[in-house]
Amino acid sequence: DTVPPQVVPGADPSARQLCFAWGPAEVLVCETLFGRAGGSRSRCLSRSPSPSRFWREGRAGAAARALTGSVAGTGEGTPSSSRVFVVRRDQDIYIQTLRKLFNESHGIFMGLQRSEEELAGKSRKAQLVQVSKNYRSVIRACMEDMHQAAVSTRDPALQGQYSTQVSILSAMELIWNLCEILFVEAAGAGPLLLRLLDWVRLHVCDVDSMVREVLSSESPSKHKLFWNVVDVFVLQGRMDEARHLLSKEASANPTSMNMYKILDDLMKKMPVPSLGNTQTLTELELKWQHWHEECQRYLQDGTFASNPHMESICKILLGDEDAILEKKELMTTWYHFLVTRLLYSHPTVKPLELRFYAQSSMDLFLGGESSPEPLDMILMAAFEFEMHQVIKECSIVLSNWWFVAHLTDLLDHCKLLQSHNLYFGSNMREFLLLEYASGLFSHHSLWQLGVDYFDHCPEYGRVYLELHIERIPLSTEQKALKVLRICEQRQMHEQVRSICKIMAMKALRNNRLGSALSWSIRAKDAAFATLISDRFLKDYCERGCFSDLDLIDNLGPSMLLSDRLTFLGKYREFHRLYGEKRFPEAARLLLSLMTAHIAPCSFWMTLLTDALPLLEQKEVIFSAEQTYELMRCLEDLTAGNPDKQKFQDDDVERTKVEMLRLALARNLARVIVKEGTVEGS
Amino acid sequence: DNRISIWSAGDLGNAGLNGEYHGEPHLLCDIQHNGDVMDMQFLDQERIVVASSTGTVTIFRHHQNNQTLSANHRWEKAHYHVDQDTSCGGAACTGVVCNNPEIVTVGEDGRINLFRADQKDAVRTIDNADSSTLHAVTFLRTTEILTVNSIGQLKIWDLRHQRNEPSQIFSLAGDRVPLHCVDRHPNQQHIVATGGQDGMLSIWDIRQGTMPVSLLNAHEAEMWEVHFHPSDPDHLFTCSEDGSLWHWDTSTNISEKPSFLHQGGRSTAYLSHSTINQSVVSAWLSNDPTKDRMEITNLIPNQTLSVNSLDVLGPCLVYGTDAEAIYVNRQLFA
Repeated sequence: DTVPPQVVPGADPSARQLCFAWGPAEVLVCETLFGRAGGSRSRCLSRSPSPSRFWREGRAGAAARALTGSVAGTGEGTPSSSRVFVVRRDQDIYIQTLRKLFNESHGIFMGLQRSEEELAGKSRKAQLVQVSKNYRSVIRACMEDMHQAAVSTRDPALQGQYSTQVSILSAMELIWNLCEILFVEAAGAGPLLLRLLDWVRLHVCDVDSMVREVLSSESPSKHKLFWNVVDVFVLQGRMDEARHLLSKEASANPTSMNMYKILDDLMKKMPVPSLGNTQTLTELELKWQHWHEECQRYLQDGTFASNPHMESICKILLGDEDAILEKKELMTTWYHFLVTRLLYSHPTVKPLELRFYAQSSMDLFLGGESSPEPLDMILMAAFEFEMHQVIKECSIVLSNWWFVAHLTDLLDHCKLLQSHNLYFGSNMREFLLLEYASGLFSHHSLWQLGVDYFDHCPEYGRVYLELHIERIPLSTEQKALKVLRICEQRQMHEQVRSICKIMAMKALRNNRLGSALSWSIRAKDAAFATLISDRFLKDYCERGCFSDLDLIDNLGPSMLLSDRLTFLGKYREFHRLYGEKRFPEAARLLLSLMTAHIAPCSFWMTLLTDALPLLEQKEVIFSAEQTYELMRCLEDLTAGNPDKQKFQDDDVERTKVEMLRLALARNLARVIVKEGTVEGS
Repeated sequence: DNRISIWSAGDLGNAGLNGEYHGEPHLLCDIQHNGDVMDMQFLDQERIVVASSTGTVTIFRHHQNNQTLSANHRWEKAHYHVDQDTSCGGAACTGVVCNNPEIVTVGEDGRINLFRADQKDAVRTIDNADSSTLHAVTFLRTTEILTVNSIGQLKIWDLRHQRNEPSQIFSLAGDRVPLHCVDRHPNQQHIVATGGQDGMLSIWDIRQGTMPVSLLNAHEAEMWEVHFHPSDPDHLFTCSEDGSLWHWDTSTNISEKPSFLHQGGRSTAYLSHSTINQSVVSAWLSNDPTKDRMEITNLIPNQTLSVNSLDVLGPCLVYGTDAEAIYVNRQLFA
């Protein structure tokens, strides 16, 4: 089938070369500076004919809709500016009134996935039919809302858009309803006709206003459209209503009383299939044959000859195709014609026989004047029980994957789709769900629904989810938390780490050290915790005091996340102990920080300098052992330093080292004496 | 495309014969809102204060005569980050609480703002009140507020004092799990409930100790909101990211009907049985399981997506989910 190429409006490939880049949900197209040599107009983005990817052309012609935004930039040298186009594929998800459809159907979808598979036979079928009905009621609710919106808006463009949407939704419901009858419920001969009658009555509503008008007039039988309405009722098999109207005519027109009585009787006696098991098909066929012959007799006897309206009704009852076809405008569609034909010529039609009647009905109805529209082709495919064809046609025609994804999923649950492996591995149901969910992910809020859809795609769902979830813009912490929770529930550790790192970096840049730490704890990211601690220590060295004491004082067990963090906590504790004048404990802590190698080497000098006031106290705090340890640390520090120049040139450093050595020596002297004496030991 | 909407949930006086309410909530009016709505509260009968993810705090007025909403007053950049270059510099305002005419807001920037409804500028701002994100705020007394943050701390701030330090800090023992919501008992002001990121409900007695009195393992994911019932505080409600909404009932005058005869469709769990014996000390603080019983009910039969927010008044409970649906339950105690 020839598919017209879809060109991004405004981007003229004949003037400039265009380049493009794929994104997860969008395509970026930009103009380059390279002019096009030669005059050939080449296609920029051409539609691939396979149903597998991309730019859906909705019934209204989607090219204009696909363009969502362009960024104007300045080209170099040339006076015209070059632009970048953002081409997005799924416009429908941004329609406000359709959000209810997406949300509610998500709930139904989840319910279906979770429903018990153990139910077999009739109860399972009933359950699936109920699911199908739920989907349809959601479509109808959406249609209602859309209709309300169309009526209440004053913007004609918007009104046009809403009206288009209403007709699309209506077509979707029509197709779904037929699929429900033929595939999900799989109505057999007998009930099949009743269901089809209901279907036609529900969906062919062009005549409703006429019916209302006639019924509400004072004397309906005098209304000029009276017989039209009677015909409508007969065509739709609404015998009781037809008889009721006819009785009005009979009472107004006593001369035709006799004819009326016969017709009324025929209509009353007409055998119809019943839903219960009150009669078998053969019984019905026999009765029907008998009735048919009776009608035939009355017609041939010329009973209705004087009243052409009644005669035509009798002919319709006999299933005369020409008579039925005369009422084309009242039926408006070929499928109405089909069902009427079946009602009056083959009421016990079997499902597999439908295809023949459908094809001939369409041919007779359209009569070569008009060609079938896409909707007609889809319905025909359904009557032919070609499920895959239905899905394929719908995919091409509709601008959004919603319909085909959910319908295919339902049919799959009915075990009707063979595992029809497509050439890139996943089956049709999964493919459609993946496409639908991917479309959802480009929406800033509906992506949450997409997650559940990916969960139920066994082969590629997880991979798709992993790729998409990292690209959700995290505008607030709450959104990040939701994304994280989704990742954690599915053990997507890589993504957890990456998201926490992003949030922690953001926090760090905004100087929210507590938030940054909180994110590192969530990801158990020791490296980042070390980074944060270094930041704190740097602040301390620069300012001489700690910032964010409420955080450092209350680290709790999270202190153990990284060595540096532990050091920070303990160092702060040292300061606290010193402040509380608990010197021996402070001293022990300080020493352990160095000897246990928790402290980074760069900090040792600071720690030793902190030890100075303790060494200078009147009371001897450090024991001999501890003093030796301190001395060893100092020697390690000064000896281990390859660049001795630093210590020698820097006066401050040298003074510090000298003071330390002096203090340590003095302390050692005092403590040896103290420990040597009787009281000291 | 975020909007603030006012809905009519219907007259309670229109209840049918058996108390059933007929009719759906319908939309009265709405107005566009810039950014996500992080929190909101009624200031008085007509005005609503809304906290935005852009860092703006807005007062909307609901004109009941012609059913419209209008923006009455706006404090732009009430919350912002130091580095103005990143993400437009705005920091989300995460919580708002009102005590007419005072309004207190907290945000991701760790800042606390005190506004008055009629004044253009903030009355008081405590910069860097917290080094982490402040998730929620509520009034303890008229001059004191409670905040919870993302390193698991509950802080009391006394607004009379000019220093920018909390007057008291409480924290959970063990892991510093972020706290997301806080509410105070309506009558007994020393009882405070908080909800954490791990779904744990903590009850605190702020007169004593720095650690919670009881920790109740509740939800499987973040607890977004916790509310004591304003007129019947033996009842507590919590909602969570895991899609459930729990009703915690410590009232001891439950009828003698055994649990399986209660209205169907809800899963109930008893913590323990007891004689009907009303103790003077609030049931929330008592940790003697033999004396009190707590009934916990999940009010949502088919949970799917997160329940983000709830509110309760009289016999009415309203909650909203991530499936873009609002539910109204008008017969909470039936």
